[in-house]
Amino acid sequence: MTLTAHSPRVAVIVFPGTWSERDFAHVVESVLGWQVRLVWHTDRELDSPDAVVLPGGFAHGDHLRTGAIARFSPVMAAVESFAAGGGPVIGSCNGFQVLTEAGLLPGVLLRNDHLEFRCDWQSLRVENPSAASAWLGDLADGEVISLPISHGEGRYVADAATLDALDRDGRIVLRYADAGGRVSAAANPNGSEGGIAGIVNERGNVLGLMPHPERAMEAEVGGTDGLRLFRSLQRWLQEQPTAAERRLSSG
Amino acid sequence: MRWLAEVHVSLRSGIADPEGQTIGSALRALGHATVSDVRSGKLMRVAFEADDHDDAEAAVDQMCRRLLANPVMEVASWDLRADEQPDAEGVNP
Repeated sequence: MTLTAHSPRVAVIVFPGTWSERDFAHVVESVLGWQVRLVWHTDRELDSPDAVVLPGGFAHGDHLRTGAIARFSPVMAAVESFAAGGGPVIGSCNGFQVLTEAGLLPGVLLRNDHLEFRCDWQSLRVENPSAASAWLGDLADGEVISLPISHGEGRYVADAATLDALDRDGRIVLRYADAGGRVSAAANPNGSEGGIAGIVNERGNVLGLMPHPERAMEAEVGGTDGLRLFRSLQRWLQEQPTAAERRLSSG
Repeated sequence: MRWLAEVHVSLRSGIADPEGQTIGSALRALGHATVSDVRSGKLMRVAFEADDHDDAEAAVDQMCRRLLANPVMEVASWDLRADEQPDAEGVNP
């Protein structure tokens, strides 16, 4: 590691029914060599992480609606506060669903239009990566990456005004595409509006995406494009002023 | 006193309901050729205590706004009545 202060600390939130927290912990510790802390949903402290992960799974059994009960877990107040302070947050799959229910991202994720669970590698077109530089800063606009998807409820839905605003503000950052980067109904695995696979909040620090970057961080498992999200994060963290520098510049 | 709310949650019109469409296809396949549309939804029976009807209405309204329905894609409606003789399980069928 070349970081001067410390290697990045990542808080991975665990709800009852979360299933991807071990994968995230593995890649953060063993692939990146960073520090990870699994944070149970009843905890109220995140312990000053550099980034927060809301992993995939079936929080609270997906009962009522995906993410509907998880958003009221005590830990979510700390996550919302971390996000409000500009801290980088990523919600993958069920984590994306929790972020929409919590109102940290607009819209909602509904049952796939074909009603099937889809588990496959999926090509994604990157758009406006600079709008989500903490997570996508190392990727190029229009670039095609490949990540696994694994979900039954990934159909992104929002009203027309919200979709227009997301598009206009460049906050749609990942779309389902074919290998050539073309967005089409045929390349859309769940019926998402506009082929939306990932969006970012206005400030650009909260990214929600249905694909699983943590499952694409070692060549042995078939791909390493997920690693690039965390390399982007590493670069972004290195570029942030330290607390001491912030005090000097504001003083 | 005790109240019973039957809360119906359904997708807003205009939002695709693949589950309802699939059920509709199944009904037509079973010979119900005139079925033109099926919308699926949820029914929740909520038993709770409130002082009077106004308080009970307000409580159900809050439950729906806070948790039971997501206004982004759902609408909620409910029937509310005093639950005079709760059964052994606490909620009348």
